[in-house]
Amino acid sequence: MHNENQSLIFELTKEGRVGYSLPELDVEDIDLSELLPEGSIREEAAELPEVSELDIMRHYTALSRRNHGVDSGFYPLGSCTMKYNPKINENVARMSGFANLHPLQDESTVQGAMELLYNLQTQLVEITGMDEVTLQPAAGAHGEWTALMMIRAFHEANGEGHRNKVIVPDSAHGTNPASAAVAGFETITVKSNEDGLVDLEDLRRVVGEDTAALMLTNPNTLGLFEENIIEMADIIHSVGGKVYYDGANLNAVMSKARPGDMGFDCVHLNLHKTFTGPHGGGGPGSGPVGVKADLIPFLPKPVLVKKEDGTFHFDYNRPQAIGRVKPYYGNFGINVRAYTYIRSMGPEGLKEVTEYAVLNANYMMRRLEPYFDLPYNRHCKHEFVLSGRRQKKLGVRTLDIAKRLLDFGYHPPTIYFPLNVEEGLMIEPTETESKETLDAFCDAMIQIAKEAEENPSIVQEAPHTTVISRLDETRAARTPILRYQKA
Amino acid sequence: MTHRYLPMTETDKKEMLETIGINSIDELFSDIPEKVRYQGLYNIPKAKSESALLKELKQLADKNSNTETNVSFLGAGIYNHYKPIIVDHVISRSEFYTAYTPYQPEISQGELQAIFEFQTMIAELTGMDLANSSMYDGGTSLAEAGMLAAAHTRRKKLLVSEAIHPEYRDVVSTYAKGQSIDVVTIPTKDGITDIDALKELLDSDTAAVMVQYPNFFGQIEDIKTIGELAHDAKSLFVVSSNPLALGILTPPGKLGADITVGDAQPFGIPESFGGPYCGYFATTKQLMRKVPGRLVGETVDQEGRRGFVLTLQAREQHIRREKATSNICSNQALLALASSVAMTALGKKGVQEIAKQNIVKTRFAKNAFEAAGFEVPFQGAHFNEIVVKTNKPVQEINKKLLEKGIIGGFDLGRVYPELENHVLIAVTELRTKEEIESLVAEMGAYNA
Repeated sequence: MHNENQSLIFELTKEGRVGYSLPELDVEDIDLSELLPEGSIREEAAELPEVSELDIMRHYTALSRRNHGVDSGFYPLGSCTMKYNPKINENVARMSGFANLHPLQDESTVQGAMELLYNLQTQLVEITGMDEVTLQPAAGAHGEWTALMMIRAFHEANGEGHRNKVIVPDSAHGTNPASAAVAGFETITVKSNEDGLVDLEDLRRVVGEDTAALMLTNPNTLGLFEENIIEMADIIHSVGGKVYYDGANLNAVMSKARPGDMGFDCVHLNLHKTFTGPHGGGGPGSGPVGVKADLIPFLPKPVLVKKEDGTFHFDYNRPQAIGRVKPYYGNFGINVRAYTYIRSMGPEGLKEVTEYAVLNANYMMRRLEPYFDLPYNRHCKHEFVLSGRRQKKLGVRTLDIAKRLLDFGYHPPTIYFPLNVEEGLMIEPTETESKETLDAFCDAMIQIAKEAEENPSIVQEAPHTTVISRLDETRAARTPILRYQKA
Repeated sequence: MTHRYLPMTETDKKEMLETIGINSIDELFSDIPEKVRYQGLYNIPKAKSESALLKELKQLADKNSNTETNVSFLGAGIYNHYKPIIVDHVISRSEFYTAYTPYQPEISQGELQAIFEFQTMIAELTGMDLANSSMYDGGTSLAEAGMLAAAHTRRKKLLVSEAIHPEYRDVVSTYAKGQSIDVVTIPTKDGITDIDALKELLDSDTAAVMVQYPNFFGQIEDIKTIGELAHDAKSLFVVSSNPLALGILTPPGKLGADITVGDAQPFGIPESFGGPYCGYFATTKQLMRKVPGRLVGETVDQEGRRGFVLTLQAREQHIRREKATSNICSNQALLALASSVAMTALGKKGVQEIAKQNIVKTRFAKNAFEAAGFEVPFQGAHFNEIVVKTNKPVQEINKKLLEKGIIGGFDLGRVYPELENHVLIAVTELRTKEEIESLVAEMGAYNA
């Protein structure tokens, strides 16, 4: 194990060093006390670092070496679609004609950017089977809330403002109930059945005239396709509710089943997942929302339209719109990357993406099935969930298995999610990984399963090769230190 | 067809199908009901090769008038500042940009420490006790501050200054609708928040008073007085602030702010046609456990070495689910990193110098406009923006300016009907004396 002490940038400070090169002041210098009212000039300077350019570069290079990304190694983090991030995307987003555009420039000066966004909207309409798409939401959770606000506005416009319940499966992402709450809805949880799918009987029981919407991920967070989707949509529609598609798992169904054809009324996508955002260490994302025709009037302002003369225009004249959900027009830089990706893949490519993502997941599932419990044993889609309950009986928790995987150079799967699997390990390989990588990871998992039986302490005490060992999270929460303070 | 991102070979496929015990990939999709199964291929353009696509997209990019080859005086919340070259070198390290949220701290110390440093720099600049790991942008961060204030005070009204960025105010209103919170606008007088009007509006149902510092017109508000009024009414005081201005200005934390939010775009983030940017959210210890989004904290490992983890997660959506007060999940980690690098490069001295240059150059521009006969209606202290009255529609003037390679200011009449024929001019440290003089001369020529 490395035992280096990693300094904070503040600890490298030496008075008098600088890391910047500002233009010289070429107008008459004026003492600020002549320009600013008394008390408005800060008395103490902000304690930012004083370091040279090389200091900065070495510092962040050292930090990067203490970080694992997709380019560092396999990253089968379930539900996050950690696929390869193509490098051309980065080049395109940095083109001056995209990176150096001010959002408030006159529309006539940004027609190229608007054309790109319009094309992307149109392609996402085709991919989702919806009638219209807005690119404004900044991330998946933001998209969920945006769509729920539209559903709320739709019901209110129909004189049905009493519809205040959003139904969410017990296996749903945590953002679903949270987004519903922020949009002012109450959440009702619907149970899963023994096959890991939404229990139709329970769904029939919870729907009613107060139902605003059902939020559903399909395939669900177990990686299983909700094969009763047509009946489910009918149940919700028959009571006047809307069906919402959480697009976190779209990578599993591209060219196989479109949300719009399955009966969904609206959908959010995670462009940083399915369409190679990239993930950025936790953002930025982009969470476009697609809707069927009857929700179009409620789309957030502005709506990007193509005029008859072929030019592009932001339409603000939308009296029923829910308003603005974000300044400007969404995370343009991420949308540029997603567009570049779609144009790199084409229709054949996107179909193969889904086929290989699903083939990879099923292959791994079958290789690992003899060594770990598989609570739902049927073909999965792009991900599958193992249970570590067999290992738990040996004193090895799923957390230990995850930490042991670090010693093999892998990012572990998503753990303890979804909540309806005991000691869950949610594995999503994605389509960009080779069979050799999948095999090596499976071999590591099988070795860990054997270690759990023969030498559990090596798993329980993992990781052994990382720059630090397990951290005291209780201490972090009990006595929070959230910033550096000079000793 | 074989694609460079897809390593599957025919041999692989055959072996994998055998292991699964099926004959074709199609069988894996047999659980999709026939009725909803998509047939064929999406109707989208065919794939392009790397070089052909690059060429096509370059052509699209070149259709736009960018702020690099033109000279920009457009600000209104997003600014054309010095971006230290190293910012892009750091954020291009793929260990950062191809990672996700640091759920596994042992292999994410780099990201976690970078965020901890970001939190520290924002806390320093704003004068607040602590800051979170970032928000989507300044507008949604302000909206989250409003939601927090309403939940914390159990009151249902937000007083929002008319001199806050109009698009930020729109976002606050949209979020407020979801929580059935009223948003009331505090009018302005002479380009700053009207304090007498504020006194009239403040009542026992006011959750927060929200102002911008420097405000949307570039003016520096008397936030000390406004904060005292808010606190007298037991409301929270929320300040939206350009963090670059805080290199010089007394920070909101020293003037009574309970929450300071804003966008770190001025530090190292390109204009990028509206995003991604980097919202920040800073507050007091008292409100620490109500902060939206992620927080990174310091702790130790089993051997006592310093390390960093995501902490106080009981606040967050994945634990609280329907009881969460915010649904934010992703933050803007990569942009927080970019801003950290820019703040580090500028450092203690540079951040003062850059802020000062903005003020002094803007004053130069103000004097030049007045000398050329333009009216500058708001005469209060300014940061890097001033309002200039024109005789002709701003859009017309800007069209003429673009022919000269100048991107003109923001047409205030677009959002403030009473400010028709008023333009908001931003002057950053990047604008030279010559460029400012040329702007004034060209505008003078068309204004006659």
